[in-house]
Amino acid sequence: MSRQFKNPILNWVEYRLPIISFVDDSVGSGYPTPKNLNYWWNFGSLAGIVLVIMLATGIVLAMHYTAHVDHAFNSVERIMRDVNYGWLIRYIHMNGGSMFFIVVYIHLFRGMYYGSYKAPRELLWMIGVFILLAMMATAFMGYVLPWGQMSFWGATVITNLFSAIPLVGDAIVTLLWGGFSVDNPTLNRFFSLHYLLPFVIVGLVVVHLWALHEHKSNNPLGVDIKGEQDLIPFHPYYTIKDLYGMAAFLLFFMFFVFFAPNFFGEPDNYIPADPLVTPAHIVPEWYFLPYYAILRAFTGDFLVYQIISLGGLLMTAKLAGVLAMFASILLLLLLPWLDGSKVRSSKFRPYYAMAFWVFFIDCLVLGYIGGKPAEGAFIVIGQIATAYYFAHLVVIIPIVSRWERPKPIPESISAAVTDAHASKAAE
Amino acid sequence: MKINILKTTIAALAIATVALTSASVQAAGGAPKPPKQNWSFSGLFGTFDRAAAQRGFQVYQEVCAGCHAMDLMSYRHLAGIGFSEDEIKAIAASVEVTDGPDDDGEMFERPGIPADRFLSPFPNDKAAAASNNGKVPPDLTLMTKARFNGPDYVYALLTGYKEEAPEDIEVPEGGSYNTYFPGHIIAMAPPLDDEAVEYTDGTKPTLAQHASDVTTFLAWAAEPELEERKNLGIKVMLFLLVLTGMLYAVKRQVWRDQH
Repeated sequence: MSRQFKNPILNWVEYRLPIISFVDDSVGSGYPTPKNLNYWWNFGSLAGIVLVIMLATGIVLAMHYTAHVDHAFNSVERIMRDVNYGWLIRYIHMNGGSMFFIVVYIHLFRGMYYGSYKAPRELLWMIGVFILLAMMATAFMGYVLPWGQMSFWGATVITNLFSAIPLVGDAIVTLLWGGFSVDNPTLNRFFSLHYLLPFVIVGLVVVHLWALHEHKSNNPLGVDIKGEQDLIPFHPYYTIKDLYGMAAFLLFFMFFVFFAPNFFGEPDNYIPADPLVTPAHIVPEWYFLPYYAILRAFTGDFLVYQIISLGGLLMTAKLAGVLAMFASILLLLLLPWLDGSKVRSSKFRPYYAMAFWVFFIDCLVLGYIGGKPAEGAFIVIGQIATAYYFAHLVVIIPIVSRWERPKPIPESISAAVTDAHASKAAE
Repeated sequence: MKINILKTTIAALAIATVALTSASVQAAGGAPKPPKQNWSFSGLFGTFDRAAAQRGFQVYQEVCAGCHAMDLMSYRHLAGIGFSEDEIKAIAASVEVTDGPDDDGEMFERPGIPADRFLSPFPNDKAAAASNNGKVPPDLTLMTKARFNGPDYVYALLTGYKEEAPEDIEVPEGGSYNTYFPGHIIAMAPPLDDEAVEYTDGTKPTLAQHASDVTTFLAWAAEPELEERKNLGIKVMLFLLVLTGMLYAVKRQVWRDQH
């Protein structure tokens, strides 16, 4: 396993701890990668980069932050005003949360479009879903820490959801709060967990990469790797491509940090938390809006609710909404089996591709509705979009994937590339 | 193929942007959107108009500070809008601060120093509420960040009072009608009018001038890092632009044998 180097020190280390070959085999010239990955494959490494940025800025913020209801808001403002470059660190962290979700959502939709969740990458996909869940928990608790109005009321609304669970719901809520309302114990445990969970994410990412390295990346054609001719070493090809992607992404990220730092935020969170004053509209951060729309779609007269609760007998609309919200993500775990097609890439599945884009737009609609007050047409649109979200996963995908006859797929990655070159030359 | 991906990306980004903006713009309780003003501090290169901010501080001190605290501000911060050290000392010394306890355990009064926080108009929230029909006048330090379109909103609010409310709206005792306040009925009586403050620099004291000056001051108080942020931001963006271009060139070079 261990390799020989010209440098005696490298040899000395490598003989005792083969870390150099380990790194090289993981992200270096020893890791073979499909040669046809497009720029959508940059978003995995971008997510890793954002995770590191969040950890680095978060650790510094924690040095200056005070997790106490009387001091939290002012300690954040002290970071903004008195700590050297505190405003920069805090704005990077604050916008980094949004960037993390943008990157991860693109990464996730890329996986859906190119069928990256299919055998033999089911576990890789499922670990990814768990990373998303851990991210959501982390982001939610992080948003509570500045102890502004939206922090407090968001925490109140979301933690209250658990009270819908029969029998144990109230006990769970009391446990989350550490008391009988969102208060100092809540803030303290959220701070503790907000510091812990990112390291859980790091652990999950390691397992995610482990599974990735076993069967290598999927690719835009979705065909299996047939041999050496389909592969190129990760370094230098994808290291430089990922670096280029990182720089371009940082341009986007830093524009918000320096010129529109509060674009993704809610002004209400610059008002200190006040348990006696409820904001006119309690809205979660943008990345939660689709789930929030699903949650609120479940009213007593929503047809889907009437059906799954047997006319309201089985559960309350609130419980149905909570279950639907969690199901909207947990269902993704089953995607490898809901999709019955052997062909991965949407390039060869025109009907599935169409369904994919409608689903994508449906998610945007849900996000839009989640940010609107629950009134009038917004309710109906939200309910239709919610019904479609689940219909896509449990009806449309299973049927389309089993019914559709895919276009012929290329024999191999290199064969497709050669063909493309041949046809280009013919033109 | 590449062009297709680019098109899809642009379309997706456009949709996402529309979705995000509309999601973050909330209906403000039936109040119209405040008209957009031309602020010295907006735009990529915007800086605070020092003279306006200093006049705005005068307006705050002589009018707003009667009811509204700015708890996060210290007098020393005023250096940020161009007050000299001596001016700051004089401003701070004009207030009496309660300090202590001293070695005998007694609280005592002393003139303010630059390190002191702005003196609050009320000793505590209860006192503030008691003097203001039961509602604490909000702290103004972060006001322009704590409202949608903050500076435009503050300006519109200060100039948006109407003596005659529309016929279908009844203004209760102690309230006023304001076009831009959510719900229109505001507990704060019109705080400014023409010649509310006599400017030391001889600027003509109009309502619009007062409102615009105090908004500039409040915007600075809410985002004292704004100039440094934009200044550094330009450098960072230029650096990243060059870096991105160079990395793209290297990428092309490395991938040459693959295309």
